[in-house]
Amino acid sequence: MGGYLLRRILSTIPVLAIVAVFVFLMLRLTPSDPAAIIAGDYASSEQIEGIRERLGLNEPILKQFFIWIGGVLRGDFGESFFYKKQVAELIGERLEPTLSLSLLTIFLVLLIAVPIGIIAAHNHGTWIDRFVMGFSVLGFSVPVFVVGYILIYIFAITLEWLPVQGYQRISDGVGGWLLRLILPAMTLSVVFIAFIARMTRTSVLEVLNEDYIRTARAKGQTELKVLIRHALANAAVPILTIIGLTVAILIGGVVVTESVYTLPGLGLLTVDAVLARDYPTIQAVILLFSFAYVLINLLVDVAYTFLDPRIRY
Amino acid sequence: MSTMRRVLSALAVAATLPILATAASAQKTLRFVPHSDLKILDPIWTTAYVVRNHGYMVYDTLFGMDDKGEIKPQMVDTYKLSDDKLTWTMTLRDGLTWHDGAAVTTEDIIPSIKRWAAKDSMGQKMMSFVDSITAKDPKTFEIKLKSPTGLVLLALGKPSSNVPFMMPKRAAETDPNKQIEDFTGSGPFVFKRDEWAPGSKIVYTKFAGYKPRSEPPSGTTGGKVVKVDRVEWLPIRDHQQAVNALLAGEVDYIEAPPHDLHPLLKANKNVYLFNWNPLGNQFTFRFNVLHKPFDNDKIRQAILYALNQEDFLKAVVGSEEYYKVCKAMFICGTPFETTAGFEDKLESNFKKARELLAEAKYDGTPFLLMHSTDLQVLTNLAPVAKSLMERAGFKVDMQSMDWQTVVARRSKKDAPSAGGWNGFLTSWVAGDLLNPVMAGFANAGCDKAMFGWPCDEKIEKLRDDFARETDSGKQKAIVEALQRRLAEYPTYAHLGQWYNHGALRNNVKGVVASPAPVLWNISVE
Repeated sequence: MGGYLLRRILSTIPVLAIVAVFVFLMLRLTPSDPAAIIAGDYASSEQIEGIRERLGLNEPILKQFFIWIGGVLRGDFGESFFYKKQVAELIGERLEPTLSLSLLTIFLVLLIAVPIGIIAAHNHGTWIDRFVMGFSVLGFSVPVFVVGYILIYIFAITLEWLPVQGYQRISDGVGGWLLRLILPAMTLSVVFIAFIARMTRTSVLEVLNEDYIRTARAKGQTELKVLIRHALANAAVPILTIIGLTVAILIGGVVVTESVYTLPGLGLLTVDAVLARDYPTIQAVILLFSFAYVLINLLVDVAYTFLDPRIRY
Repeated sequence: MSTMRRVLSALAVAATLPILATAASAQKTLRFVPHSDLKILDPIWTTAYVVRNHGYMVYDTLFGMDDKGEIKPQMVDTYKLSDDKLTWTMTLRDGLTWHDGAAVTTEDIIPSIKRWAAKDSMGQKMMSFVDSITAKDPKTFEIKLKSPTGLVLLALGKPSSNVPFMMPKRAAETDPNKQIEDFTGSGPFVFKRDEWAPGSKIVYTKFAGYKPRSEPPSGTTGGKVVKVDRVEWLPIRDHQQAVNALLAGEVDYIEAPPHDLHPLLKANKNVYLFNWNPLGNQFTFRFNVLHKPFDNDKIRQAILYALNQEDFLKAVVGSEEYYKVCKAMFICGTPFETTAGFEDKLESNFKKARELLAEAKYDGTPFLLMHSTDLQVLTNLAPVAKSLMERAGFKVDMQSMDWQTVVARRSKKDAPSAGGWNGFLTSWVAGDLLNPVMAGFANAGCDKAMFGWPCDEKIEKLRDDFARETDSGKQKAIVEALQRRLAEYPTYAHLGQWYNHGALRNNVKGVVASPAPVLWNISVE
């Protein structure tokens, strides 16, 4: 296991290196110019040239790459072209809203999706099953931002229960923090609840016809025990795989949700950085997301060994 | 606020750490949604409007422009021009201090003027007439000129980017190509750098030491009386969400909600719309004269005949309430308003346009029109232009891209096939176009001109004549001659004025009409 973990961790290095080269080249090859953006819409060519010089964008691409990658290897991701702050500091400031939103969303997804998937499987073919499946199809068919607007209209504009937008740091009060995250987390969780509920239903349904389930029922176990201890435990590996993938896909959803709700997290930072061609920030954020993706996959692989004793690395 | 929200809010507050209790106070806060996020803090380093607006919060100016377009003193108390028109003597008002409590002196003012003039095109033009700027004493300074010019007050009082904001000596002596690191100003608000949350909140507090002028506020001049304790800028990227937040009472003032959301705002009894910029904005079509077919004057003239303003204004703004057909290049409703040279143009006279194309022997070479797709206010312009020009016989290769790509590409002089361009459309704030020296697209100084690089000695001579003239009547005659020349040698086409109202909650009063959104005089009741 230790050797496996080490190999997996080492394998992230070439992945991140490829991502770094790809992102760097992609940004340099697109027809954009951060200096022109910084200078403003009505700046003269001389003003733009002065800024380009100042940012080192006139240097050959290879030299720019080695300067950047050298910094990354020393843990220095550079300075944001726009905010005049170290990118690492900027990411640090933006981490809390994104982590808060992601964790609350995962919590909601697990709280709702797995139980309704099991209930649907248990009530296979009934109106409950059809309702859950109908919700699933609707849930992952409607874009995140549309769900967001609908929820805002209902809960913030019409009922006035929750705020429309914005974020409050947890250090400024847990209540306000939670109040401002409910709608974004609900928005983001709908698609994942739909997806995981459907997968849970399918996985549980498959094992419900197995001999050991019949045996458990014959032994007189309660239906709840049968579902949780026997059916869910045996259906857990595919469900966990989907949950792992979902967490990775969550990154994309976070970008949209943070934009809709003006949450100052990494998603919003990514959008702002891309629109402003803030190269150092884009490069660092994408590297971070890639690292998170690889890490989540590793954690899922490790979790398999706990859920299925037959899996050994 | 609904009962449920009160309950939820109460629960939230109950669960909140005591820190909130200390923060909560009777402070009056104005929550303002700017048109975009503030990322750069140096209003001399960039021309971006959001940074200019930040500048008006933190810094003060020597002169300003009132609501009649006249230049009035702001930090300056008395000023006079010598009889030979070669020396301006200006004295600062009493009691001007920086946010750190130090007195504002001419030691600060002179490097501030120089740094601004190094970046701003109008400042550069002004400085071409300046022999020296010297301090007579801590409050009085002299600007000695090499030859008479009417530009000094126009430049020092210009209301839009780059605005000549005054900074303390230590900041003003920063290399103009480097951003300032010290944000001490002498304006009516103090920038709270420690509370700045990039991407989500920019905080200003009232500067208790600010001494407003005694006159009522007017444009960017007059008494800048601050009636709130604190201003929070809350950038909300999504326009619909900004409107939702306003309707829900989470923000007080949206700088510029798009026109398609106006009906939603008008329908709500708790909010109102206010045109804070009566001069408005102007759509423009910029030509690149370096490449075929726009290297030919007649072909550019054909464009002036092919286009009409109303189609553009309707396509973007929609309601006549928010636009004005205006053939004056230097803005309707200003001292330099004139239709000279454009009486028969911008009316979609396709027959005349085709005749000019035939005269110019236009061979059907398609021209590359850059189409900006991500800014609501620009998205519909290029398709309208394409349609009108095709009806006149042009072949148009319209390429869609985001605005930042347009910005990057327009600075390239390469041929369109090698990554360059022939034309694009944009919008200017009218405050940037009030005279031929200020209006960047009127510059025809070849390599020194803005992207598009028009090159015409007659235009440059007239702009120079304007800069040298000190009599306003004669300046008007020069503007008319220049506009006629711009119809013969078009550097751009002006496609009408439009207005973008701010949206405010009813409890927000006292907004001052100005070319830039200024937040003094506003009260939150």
